[in-house]
Amino acid sequence: MLGLMFFDAHLSRRIDAPGARERREIVKVLALTDLCLVTEARYTRHPSMADLHTPFQEHPLSLEHFPSGSFIAVPPQLPGKSGL
Amino acid sequence: MIHLDNIRKVFNAGKPNEFVAIDAVHLTIDAQRATALKGPSGSGKTTLLSILGCMARPTSGRITLKNREMSSLPERFLTEIRRETFGVIFQQFNLIKGLTPLENVMIPAYPKGENFASLKKRAMELLDMLNLADKAQAKVEWLSGGEAQRTAIARALINNPTIIIADEPTAHLDSRLSLEFMEIMRRLKEEGKTILIASHDPLVYESNVIDRIVEMRDGKLVVHGDGR
Amino acid sequence: MRAIAKQRYILDLVLSSMARRKGKNIALVLVYTFVLFLLASVLFSVESLKREAKLILQDAPEMTVQRLTAGRQDLIPTDFIASISTIRGVQSVEGRLWGYYYDALSGANFTLMVNTALNDKMGEIVIGTGVARRSNTDSGLRTLGKNDIIPFKTADSSVLPLTVKGFLPSTSELVTADLILVSESDFRRIFAIGKDLVTDLVLKVKNGKELGTIAGKITQIHPDTRPIVREDILRTYEAIFDWRGGVTMMVLSGVLFAFVILAWDKATGLSAEEKREIGILKAVGWETSDILLMKFWEGAAISLSAFFLGILLAYCHIFLASSILFAPILKGWSVLYPHFRLTPYINGYQIATLFFLTVIPYTVVTIVPSWRSATIDPDSVMRM
Repeated sequence: MLGLMFFDAHLSRRIDAPGARERREIVKVLALTDLCLVTEARYTRHPSMADLHTPFQEHPLSLEHFPSGSFIAVPPQLPGKSGL
Repeated sequence: MIHLDNIRKVFNAGKPNEFVAIDAVHLTIDAQRATALKGPSGSGKTTLLSILGCMARPTSGRITLKNREMSSLPERFLTEIRRETFGVIFQQFNLIKGLTPLENVMIPAYPKGENFASLKKRAMELLDMLNLADKAQAKVEWLSGGEAQRTAIARALINNPTIIIADEPTAHLDSRLSLEFMEIMRRLKEEGKTILIASHDPLVYESNVIDRIVEMRDGKLVVHGDGR
Repeated sequence: MRAIAKQRYILDLVLSSMARRKGKNIALVLVYTFVLFLLASVLFSVESLKREAKLILQDAPEMTVQRLTAGRQDLIPTDFIASISTIRGVQSVEGRLWGYYYDALSGANFTLMVNTALNDKMGEIVIGTGVARRSNTDSGLRTLGKNDIIPFKTADSSVLPLTVKGFLPSTSELVTADLILVSESDFRRIFAIGKDLVTDLVLKVKNGKELGTIAGKITQIHPDTRPIVREDILRTYEAIFDWRGGVTMMVLSGVLFAFVILAWDKATGLSAEEKREIGILKAVGWETSDILLMKFWEGAAISLSAFFLGILLAYCHIFLASSILFAPILKGWSVLYPHFRLTPYINGYQIATLFFLTVIPYTVVTIVPSWRSATIDPDSVMRM
């Protein structure tokens, strides 16, 4: 049964391959940087573009108030990058 | 066949409820004979039976089975020998509920990993011999007292033991079934098995199937005037 | 052969034993399956998303340069383009214009982006399929079609109506669902951004290995900039749904912990009936190791059936039913979200992890408490 699962996964990947290529192409053509997963807030829509302060945009003590922010982790490159 | 040398069994040694079950027991059990252990409750017959059947170790003393020293054997070997040599019939029958008599009879042989077909055949033959063939697939809860008794006997025989041990086998049976039981013991004796029965039921120890009576009282063997 | 036959006998006995306690065992399997379903669902969806991101963002801009003012992202002056182009190794520098537009009527956030192909087609927009689904026209909320108009509120309080002239492919929803492509002059009108400013810059470099050096040089010339390289983007998505951190991990650990407690509780409670059975088996010649083997099979039977059931259900949940149960959590307060079928990326590692996290602890937890009873002395059975 597990075998069936793996087989289905493999098949789905095959079927989806042209779609994946198209997505990749569009990323290139439109110069996109992020997946459109969560459109709640800036740093959830474009997590790779977000800076450390975006979540605190309201004021310094503003705690996380968007639900999805609780599980979208801080991009690893942020702390310690020069100039920040 | 079985030789007990100065056997003593103490329970809860060193604690306030220390209790000497049997003491200074010298006994030789002859092969292919039926021996009855007679005595009131509390006399230590169950303990003696347990030691004879290698189900408990004596606190002191030696026990030899077919000239082989048993008292110092490690647990694993003891279990194996016990499984091959003894077939035990318990006072409460102790069948596993929810299973069929057939399954109950086969269970003692499971750990040996024997071929299913031959095991099943042997089990069916035993049940047949005890007139239980038509009940083989019923549930044990539905068996009558006598049928449960016979299932317990069949189970005791599955590994082809040389010695049969029964603890108060007639305690839950009426006279007719008790006599029936003794008849089955007679047949087994004729097949060459050694029988050991602990009982305070005269129907048992006065039966002519019994070759020898060993009497116990207060944990010690009762020696009669004529040296028995 | 004997060993195998022995296992089969024991398994047989275990199954008939368990059948007698149907209620308890079915409940156990259900709870167990549910736990595995949750764990596997999270694992599967997260892994697949990660892979998808890695795959399609491979051609994201090599370097993006942002400007920061007081630590916040700010618009970049176009003269930065000239100064950065002079850096050795830089092939091209272009300004990007993009931002967020909040559509009050539908409550959705759109990403508005300038596309040079539309620059001579003022008044026209190309929209993503998510936008089409979630937009508003004068006649209310409905799916937008060609030539429909979206009225944009501009920064200077007027309304700029733009006409939908095309749609982005629906297969690209994962990256374009909320996207609206617009001409430069329309964009600048809507947000009142002067011609001398852009949102950020995208760079092409001659040699990928030089990215670090070039980034360094950029920050030297312009200390208020922040370069982001493609590596950063990919790493963000590597970490973003990493189940090994964050609230997700806390929740999962909680579930797992509760599960282990449940299992322990169930296993330690050997009923009198079970103890009696073990005693009988010992008395008829089963060794302690045989009893433990039996307990092992009991644990394994429940574990394995729940394991396979849970995983299968999780697979169907995530890949066939598009994570229905998780969707509300993922979407949060988003009004607009992409419709896409997640492509399955499952591998042995995930299955193995799940196996070690659940089946092994459960089986252990079933055996350990039985140790005591398994070592029961046959003599005591005589007296039962």
